[in-house]
Amino acid sequence: MQYTFIALVENKPGVLNRVASLFRRRNFNIESLAVGRTEKPEVSRMTIVTDCANDVDAHKIEANLYKLVNVIDVQDVSRQPSVTRDLALIKVRATAEQRAEVNNLAAIFRARIVDVAPDSVIVEATGTEDKIEGMVELLRPIGIIEMVRTGQVAMTRGEHSGIRRTAGANGWREVELEEIGV
Amino acid sequence: MELSGAEILWECLTREGVEVVFGYPGGANMPIYDAMLMYPVHHVLVRHEQGAAHMADGYARASGRVGVAMATSGPGATNLVTGIATAMMDSSPVVFITGQVAAHLIGGDAFQETDVTGITLPITKHNYLVTRADEIAEVVREAFYIARSGRPGPVLIDICKNAQIEKTEFVYPEEVRLPGYQPPSHAPKADLQKAVELIGRAKRPVILCGHGVVMSGAEEVLQHFAVKTHTPVTSTLLGLGAFPASHPLSLGMMGMHGEAHCNLAIQNADLLLAFGMRFDDRVTGTLTTYAPGAKKVHIEIDPSEVHKNVKVDLPLVGDLKTVLTDLVPLVDEYEHDDWLDQIAGWKAEGEARSIMAWPDDGKLYVSHLIHDLWSATGGGAIVTTDVGQHQMWTAQYYALDKPNRWITSGGAGTMGFGLPSAIGAWFAHPDDEIWTVAGDGGFQMTAAELSTAVQEGANVKIAIMNNNFLGMVRQWQEFFFEKRYSGVNMTTPDFVKLAEAHGVPARLVTAPEEVQEAIAWARNTPGPVVIEFKVEKEEAVYPMVPAGAALDQMLRRPVRS
Repeated sequence: MQYTFIALVENKPGVLNRVASLFRRRNFNIESLAVGRTEKPEVSRMTIVTDCANDVDAHKIEANLYKLVNVIDVQDVSRQPSVTRDLALIKVRATAEQRAEVNNLAAIFRARIVDVAPDSVIVEATGTEDKIEGMVELLRPIGIIEMVRTGQVAMTRGEHSGIRRTAGANGWREVELEEIGV
Repeated sequence: MELSGAEILWECLTREGVEVVFGYPGGANMPIYDAMLMYPVHHVLVRHEQGAAHMADGYARASGRVGVAMATSGPGATNLVTGIATAMMDSSPVVFITGQVAAHLIGGDAFQETDVTGITLPITKHNYLVTRADEIAEVVREAFYIARSGRPGPVLIDICKNAQIEKTEFVYPEEVRLPGYQPPSHAPKADLQKAVELIGRAKRPVILCGHGVVMSGAEEVLQHFAVKTHTPVTSTLLGLGAFPASHPLSLGMMGMHGEAHCNLAIQNADLLLAFGMRFDDRVTGTLTTYAPGAKKVHIEIDPSEVHKNVKVDLPLVGDLKTVLTDLVPLVDEYEHDDWLDQIAGWKAEGEARSIMAWPDDGKLYVSHLIHDLWSATGGGAIVTTDVGQHQMWTAQYYALDKPNRWITSGGAGTMGFGLPSAIGAWFAHPDDEIWTVAGDGGFQMTAAELSTAVQEGANVKIAIMNNNFLGMVRQWQEFFFEKRYSGVNMTTPDFVKLAEAHGVPARLVTAPEEVQEAIAWARNTPGPVVIEFKVEKEEAVYPMVPAGAALDQMLRRPVRS
């Protein structure tokens, strides 16, 4: 089953390596990992999508992430009210005659063509993983030359937050997170 | 005040109360060694960096303080690796300080450059690469705090040579700011109440006493709890000593080579109270059949240990001493005489099989001579071991009443640990009696530290159990590989001569009647002493839970007719 975690980490050198090394060492499987800056310069945010069997395994991932000194907060946002997005750039083989077909397909998925070359175009698509998978399947018969995807990023809706199974794991998070302004 | 990075390092170490460091100098840490001369810290020059790591580990375990080991870059640092992994597996608070090539050379395969933070990432609690002098004070402060707090563990600081030399303003950080690191202390009240209910319903409870009892200093409150709830206590290998072996509620060691009545008690219990232990495969046997009728309460500081191996009914994440102190006033007094009688029955059955019941047959058995050592020392020595059969026999027959006096490599099972960890323990308690029990194999792995012991005048007594075999592997080959002995025959040097070459007084013991006199001689001889015991070659450790078997499916010592 797919689980999506949001981890807030200190923005320091080597933290990505620590997280990746943890997943390797504990034999957890990463499906995608997206990392970037947040509204606070000292904090980076990771969205980690993993395949794990059940909630007990999800607990293991959370608890092990907390063991990393640089990890500030971990939420499980799988099956929580949240927005998840993946961005894909797909270079499709398209002669002048085929461009209209690609353009129509892209329009259905609210994707757009961001580059046109004599025999190819680049389609930029943003959306849930399912939506992008759907579009990729339709573009495949036309001829995909190359594709790049960012991996999922996620954010919970409104007042909702993800599950914190190991509250108390790394101190009493609710209080302290406020104190440090997260 | 402007100080060099190396001077700042020592300023910080002395503020942490560091009095002794174990290490080896080299090109990339020479500024640190130069600055050391100005500070009141004793440096122990080891013969191999692995020895430094184990000494710092032994010092930490015996003293309850943070140990410090140092090495240069490249091979110096990689030689520490086994010792770092050993400290990690047994949650030992050690700070490792390695030299690194200058920051501008990193990544260029400079002489003696190795990616030490990369190598040690999975075997440290945390590690740091320091490239500037002005980072040192904060990093050292954090490293000591991380090493000793929460679930303790090793922290490595890799300091670039330029950072050691550069001068900067020394400002000692007043506090540690680690937003992602806050060790738990109290468990939630609601969970304590659930624990009280489970304890109240139990008819056949057992306490599993782990290393966490020692690490959190919970030995006294554990006794209060056990007595108040009339619950028997069985220990993991590293939990030995945390609950007095002489206490009527003490059962002894559980697990693969645990005592049969302990394993039977666990398998027949209706409540397991797991205190600061992690359900290692060496104490559970096969997981599918582990304690099938028992509710399981797990008090543990590291949340990643909860449900890791055994799915428990009630995890209480917190500091063991704090949680038990909260729990003791909440529980009622109980009596479990029927249950204790049942366990006593199993124990009596085991004693009839015990090798201790054998009459003297002229052969030298390790178990017998460990018992003699225990008698001679009144059970009061600090005992360190290597890894293998002798380690299990020492665990079984050197019955300890106090914590921090049993120093052995449990999780990692590191051969060569015994002698250096004993030297480290001596620096923690120079006035105490210290024995290390080693096998002929493990002793040779770090035998060079004999020279260190002599240089330092370390008063450690070294008992080598020589059966000219790698005994534990031999035992497995006997039991599980139809006695096809492969790679276990070992020609050993004359350990007496080896010791004497180091200037260490030594004796050879070949018969049971010589044992007591030799031990007395060793105790009366100041400084390091070696006794080589030529022990029975093909003796096996019993009971034994074979790999993949249920905990109560033990191979038992055949009854001697």
